Amino acid sequence: MKIITGNDLRTGDVIWWTGKGWSRFVNDAVAVGDDAEAIIAQQNATQVVTDTHVIDAETTADGVRPAHIKERVRALGPTVRMDLSLKPGDPAAAKWVI
Amino acid sequence: MYQYDNYDQSMVDARVAEFRDQVQRRLAGELTEDQFKPLRLKNGLYLQLHAYMLRVAVPYGTLSSRQMRMLGDIADKYDRGYGHFTTRQNIQYNWIKLEDAPDILADLASVEMHAIQTSGNCIRNTTSDQFAGAAADELVDPRPYAELLRQWSTFHPEFDYLPRKFKIAIIGSETDRAAMKLHDIGIQMVKNDAGEIGCKFFIGGGMGRTPMIAPVIGDFVPPLQMISYLEAALRVYNRYGRRDNKYKARIKILVHEIGADEYRRQVEEEFAHILTLGLEPPAAELERIKGFFEQPGFDTNASDDLDLSDPDFALWVDQNTHAHKRAGYTIVNISLKPIGGIPGDATADQIRLMADLALDYSFDELRVTHAQNIVLPHVKKADLYTIWQKLDEAGLANANLDLISDIIACPGLDYCALANARSIPVAQKISERFADLGRQRELGELKLKISGCINACGHHHAGHIGILGVDRKGVENYQLSFGGSEGADTSLGTITGPGFNEDGVVDAVEKATDVYLAQRTEGERFLDTYRRIGMAPFKEAIYAKETANG
Repeated sequence: MKIITGNDLRTGDVIWWTGKGWSRFVNDAVAVGDDAEAIIAQQNATQVVTDTHVIDAETTADGVRPAHIKERVRALGPTVRMDLSLKPGDPAAAKWVI
Repeated sequence: MYQYDNYDQSMVDARVAEFRDQVQRRLAGELTEDQFKPLRLKNGLYLQLHAYMLRVAVPYGTLSSRQMRMLGDIADKYDRGYGHFTTRQNIQYNWIKLEDAPDILADLASVEMHAIQTSGNCIRNTTSDQFAGAAADELVDPRPYAELLRQWSTFHPEFDYLPRKFKIAIIGSETDRAAMKLHDIGIQMVKNDAGEIGCKFFIGGGMGRTPMIAPVIGDFVPPLQMISYLEAALRVYNRYGRRDNKYKARIKILVHEIGADEYRRQVEEEFAHILTLGLEPPAAELERIKGFFEQPGFDTNASDDLDLSDPDFALWVDQNTHAHKRAGYTIVNISLKPIGGIPGDATADQIRLMADLALDYSFDELRVTHAQNIVLPHVKKADLYTIWQKLDEAGLANANLDLISDIIACPGLDYCALANARSIPVAQKISERFADLGRQRELGELKLKISGCINACGHHHAGHIGILGVDRKGVENYQLSFGGSEGADTSLGTITGPGFNEDGVVDAVEKATDVYLAQRTEGERFLDTYRRIGMAPFKEAIYAKETANG
């Protein structure tokens, strides 16, 4: 499936399009099908998000999983500083990236 | 150290105010990202994988304690309690908020620092020998010339939109500690037969996608004509550099394509013209700058005696100190490479501690090295034990300088938007594999460098052992190379063969060190043995299993 991601303009945080707004958690991302271009155009105009782009992902038992490792690193945080990631209490979460 | 005059300070303050206005307009929606991006990049503000990243310039790697303390305070106040020292002697913060960026730049300006020209196709921060002004083998202190370069290159209108970024290094010793020949321009201060000082220009080096060692273009340029020669070299590049292809736009490609002789001819022609224009900075300005770099007030009675009865201290002294030009003094290298740690990272508390040590014991000076370590350049030997104890308490007394765990590694895919593979986990695993200091010392000098993409920020081409992370169909893969060097014997590494996964490359490194230990002769480093016996024995060892399995 296709999902949309970007960065919060003000904070730089990685964010994912939920269909209604933006979330920091990739599991909240929704498939956008053929609407990606229109959503990105509309959201870019709000000036609250930057670097918006569409990526491939799949739905797994663990939730939404971006297809490429770079996007999985974005979704989680640096694997070498799990204390700064979105799953600071789960040191094993880094394996999800690989 | 150089201190800003009113012109320097007002220029930097004005830039802060300008950027504050630009950020406000961006946040208010008055500027689009396309309009704003080049403006933020001009101020060192990138958008990386997780947040904005701010790259702060450390001019020729030199810091005062006040500046270093500010770097620690910024890490606490605006980031997540740490900073990352880079292979270009700068520092980067990984978790910056756009709305905070102007305040950070204002804080930096208050201690005569900035992030100007740490991005973009302009002349970047000039790098230099981290032992400048202190090393026993120094011919000329390169710092006044590096400062002159800083002033010349900052906001230089003609060179603000070059075909690509441009990096200059300058050294004043025979020993190259700045990877000088792997820069767009490397300048070595030399002495001729008449005893006169001059600049030797190496032009067209670089790492990245197409690594090249810079050829000598100018043999001996009088120091007062250094700026004119640079103007000529840059002007020829600016005119003919390949703006049509980003991957062929660095000066090394131009020098390679037209040949060093033809490039030299054009530079000499332009140089002759520029000399007629009288564009050189006045000699008085160079003398004014030199005044900031006079030797500190060394104790002429300082003793060389040292109590080495503490074995851990003795190891650290042996590994991490370097000969100083003055009796009774030494140069201290603070390794930012703990076993299993992140190369180049330091916490805010560690940064402030190093600032305090510089103030109390090193005439208020620190240096950042391109190997991602910190130097206290002027330490009285009598103070070494106290310093070591304080470093040890802070986890900064790693006695591994230039050993296999003193790894250069770029941020890689854990932080960098350009990376294809993670660098840091590989560095961590290698340092853990070789954690035993006795084993490391048995291996001796072994410079291992890791890059997470072909841009080579981790200098893998110049590693005795180099590792390059690549993306192979969405999976991290690591190419191994041997034989690189960045010193006086600069050479580029040769790829061993097929790549490895993360654990496989760690195993391969260990097998290579086994070959070295078995084959070395007296006094040989890993690099020397490799150069003598060639790739074949190493290749045979590291691919043995694959060969056996067909």
